[in-house]
Amino acid sequence: MELKAIYYLIPSLIMFCCGLYGFITRKNMIAMLISLELMLNSVDMNFVIFNRFLFPGQMEGMMFTLFAIAIAAAETALAIAIIINVFRSVKNVDVRELNHMKF
Amino acid sequence: MDYSQFLAMKQEIGLLVVFLLVFLYDTFMPRGAQKGLPVVSSVLMLLLTVAGCLNCCLGQTTDVVAFGGMYETSAVVAAIKNILNIGVVIVLIQSIKWANGEFMIMRRGEFYELLLVTLFGMYLMISARHFLVFVIGLECASLPLAAMVAFDKNRYESHEAAVKYILTAVFSSAIFMMGLSFVYGVAGSLYFENIYGAIYGTHPTLLVMALAFVIAGVGFKLSLVPFHLWTADVYQGAPTSVTSYLSVISKGATAFAFLVILAQVFGSLYSQVWEWMLYALIILTITIGNLFAIRQRNMKRFLAFSSISQAGYIMLGVIAYNTLGMAAMMFYILVYIFSNLGAFGVIGAIENATGKVSMDDYRGLYKTNPRLSFTMMLAMFSLAGIPPFAGFFSKFFIFTGALQGGSVAIYVLVLIALINTIVSLYYYLLVVKAMFISEEECTIGHFRSAFSERLGMWIALFGIIFLGLLSPVYDSLINMTSISSFSMYFIQ
Repeated sequence: MELKAIYYLIPSLIMFCCGLYGFITRKNMIAMLISLELMLNSVDMNFVIFNRFLFPGQMEGMMFTLFAIAIAAAETALAIAIIINVFRSVKNVDVRELNHMKF
Repeated sequence: MDYSQFLAMKQEIGLLVVFLLVFLYDTFMPRGAQKGLPVVSSVLMLLLTVAGCLNCCLGQTTDVVAFGGMYETSAVVAAIKNILNIGVVIVLIQSIKWANGEFMIMRRGEFYELLLVTLFGMYLMISARHFLVFVIGLECASLPLAAMVAFDKNRYESHEAAVKYILTAVFSSAIFMMGLSFVYGVAGSLYFENIYGAIYGTHPTLLVMALAFVIAGVGFKLSLVPFHLWTADVYQGAPTSVTSYLSVISKGATAFAFLVILAQVFGSLYSQVWEWMLYALIILTITIGNLFAIRQRNMKRFLAFSSISQAGYIMLGVIAYNTLGMAAMMFYILVYIFSNLGAFGVIGAIENATGKVSMDDYRGLYKTNPRLSFTMMLAMFSLAGIPPFAGFFSKFFIFTGALQGGSVAIYVLVLIALINTIVSLYYYLLVVKAMFISEEECTIGHFRSAFSERLGMWIALFGIIFLGLLSPVYDSLINMTSISSFSMYFIQ
């Protein structure tokens, strides 16, 4: 059986939508961060798929993916540091507790 | 590889040198000399700005494309970087007192280093002609800002603001990069030039979707309305110096980069697709920003909503899509930097002296602190666009630029923007009324603000009063944009 680009693209899009859904519905900040990671990883997958199947002669998508992974790691590290700060201050990582500033 | 290409990045190299000097000063100077760090970094930044402006005025800037077309600099790009530099100098001068406070002793250096790194990211964003460089610039500009928002470790609001900022920033960059992956799938390249060539004359559905993702991603950073919800909370929670930086520099750089992307990458889709997306966003942004600003009592929150509606006015220069609109947008950013920093200078001075940021505390301020009230009044007049001040001219030019298109839809858009200017007059004058007309006894006693704060406010006042009358500034911006490489993308 020949594997076409669409067999890879659909799971990648499902992953993106799962991340989106998780980011909107989850109340735990760590879980929200995991959802964000899902979204970023599906972006990376998309780039690799387009590069491999549509433009196999060049490496631009792969290169973008490498840089995107590094950026995602930096983002996660910073977000975790900030969440630890919040935990120290309110002893909780629930976003529903962070509601002092509104409207 | 030809290493002489790095010489094309004059301003970036200058900024890196400033960053390294600040870093070395912070690391190796003895404890006694540490108190000089804020002054040293302000002076270094001032030197960089003066050098850049002189270079610009003497016409030394040339159009250079380096690194195989990934990086481009020209007179217009150098001008917008200089405009940002001017804003950063004012922010640095205004933050000297705050940075020398008791609380900041251990972490003074980090504030300046992070700030300079974000500025470097904005430079990259403006000069990028390849989406990889653009994304790196965007992240470099937004991630350290999250750390700066979380700077006040003792204040709970600072943590809350930082969490809201980092989560929305990462979310928006995920959306943005998803759009980029679709663009890559359609065009097969990430160079702006190649994408423009590949999509010229076509618009497949995937590309329209990609454009929507890209506009949403950048809209988050610019706080256009459906994506604005983080703005008010982050502006309120962050330290005042960081808020002023976030509201003018970050917004100005992103607005310019947004124009570059829309023109150089998606230019051929202007009349079919993104003109209408932007049309809806502008109306929503100006109207909702204004309506929410009316009910705010916290001054920083109030200026957050005012900055949302100002972002809508800045976008009028993008939707104009001609050289006049581009020049007007750059002028608007320059004037907005001066007016908003004037207001933030007063807020910061009062917060440093008394810790009060509520509009109710400003009642009767004229009796105790007449000079501060006067500065605030002029800043508010300029933001609202009352004639002799710079804000009037910037709004006038941006409306003129937008009206060049001449279609009925654009006329309706400008009419809505004009009506909103009148609404904004109401809430800007609420502050003036509280300060001057209110009969109550002021809760803020008389105090003398520090020299650095007064210097920052003087510079801002100078800009507010004279920038509109100094016509050479706007004229030279028009000349630059009309001969720049951007002009070939615009409708003539």
